[in-house]
Amino acid sequence: MIYEVFRQERKGQAFQHAGSLDAPDVAFAETWAHEQYGRRGESEALWVVPRDAVHEVHDFPDEFDLKYRRVDGYSLKVRLKEARERAGTDTARAG
Amino acid sequence: MTESEFIEYLHAGGQVEAGDWMPDEYRARLVKFIQMHGSSELMGVLPEREWILRAPTLQRKLALTAKVQDEAGHAQLIYRVVEDLGKPREQCLRELVDGEAKFHNVFHYPTKTWGDVGVIAWLVDAAAIISQKALLKCSYAPYARIMKKICWEESFHILHGRDVVLAMVNGTATQRELVQEALDRWWGPLMQFHGTKIPPDEDPMLHWRIKSQGNEEARQQFLEGYVPQIWEIGLSVPDTKLRRGDDGVWEYTEPDWDELRSVVTGHGPSSAERLALRRRFLDQERWVRELVLAA
Repeated sequence: MIYEVFRQERKGQAFQHAGSLDAPDVAFAETWAHEQYGRRGESEALWVVPRDAVHEVHDFPDEFDLKYRRVDGYSLKVRLKEARERAGTDTARAG
Repeated sequence: MTESEFIEYLHAGGQVEAGDWMPDEYRARLVKFIQMHGSSELMGVLPEREWILRAPTLQRKLALTAKVQDEAGHAQLIYRVVEDLGKPREQCLRELVDGEAKFHNVFHYPTKTWGDVGVIAWLVDAAAIISQKALLKCSYAPYARIMKKICWEESFHILHGRDVVLAMVNGTATQRELVQEALDRWWGPLMQFHGTKIPPDEDPMLHWRIKSQGNEEARQQFLEGYVPQIWEIGLSVPDTKLRRGDDGVWEYTEPDWDELRSVVTGHGPSSAERLALRRRFLDQERWVRELVLAA
């Protein structure tokens, strides 16, 4: 059975995928992950996960160009200029 | 995606994951190259294993054992990558002991003295780390990712080897002779290690972005990095033509490419003996694998 191993380098950091290993059961998988990814103290903790338990999701089409979900969906320049003019603050900034 | 679109994607720095579509030739080249790397790690422990029982101090014995564990671990990681590309580990091992799969030239030579252990760990690992660092940019992402851990561990090996060599050059005249004699024997294989000078635009491994540097570029990097370190500790390099040109390019005697071809096809001085040992262990320990896999 293939297990995927995720490694946390320092406390508080995100776990990152480190590699995979082949083990007959979870006890062997834990031992081998410990040997492969932690014997020099390079890891704070490991996640050992059966590959079948990992569900990969990809393909994120954006057919309708849903810009309002992204920062590039908000161009404030023109509206901000108008608002500053209205408030009479645009000349002060320029000066 | 067509093959030419795939190539274009790779040349723009694109990376490929195990489940992605890839041309058959790309997959075949990856399997062959990565399998060769895995087999080299596995065969690379044998010359050093011979010295665990004969190491001069307990500290050296422990360091050498740790290095052997590292290399065996690298073989495990690398064969895993080959497995995800479609070739099972058991088949890789079988092809290795049947003499069908190649491994690096430097692991076909005997280790005659403790001087060899120092020269291997320092300079063979230095030559290897140059190739491996270039693989950090491999277009096949699962391979590039494990290379990070491998390069990190190789850096310990180089320090260990340099420490062994330094202890010997600071020792007795006999110890200095021993290490010089080892270097004299290893120089030829070291110069052959990075392969013939294939022009980069004709190198299929660069075309597929499996490798990111040409053979000669790697050899020049090795010479530039390590010849000065060899000279500064009073050792000499057995090549009268070796010099650094004004343009920074190293000149050297043409390596013996016939020797390289002969050695990597299994006709090196220790090829048969090492493969016999690997074959014996593969058969002898079959029951352990069967027992574990039945668990």
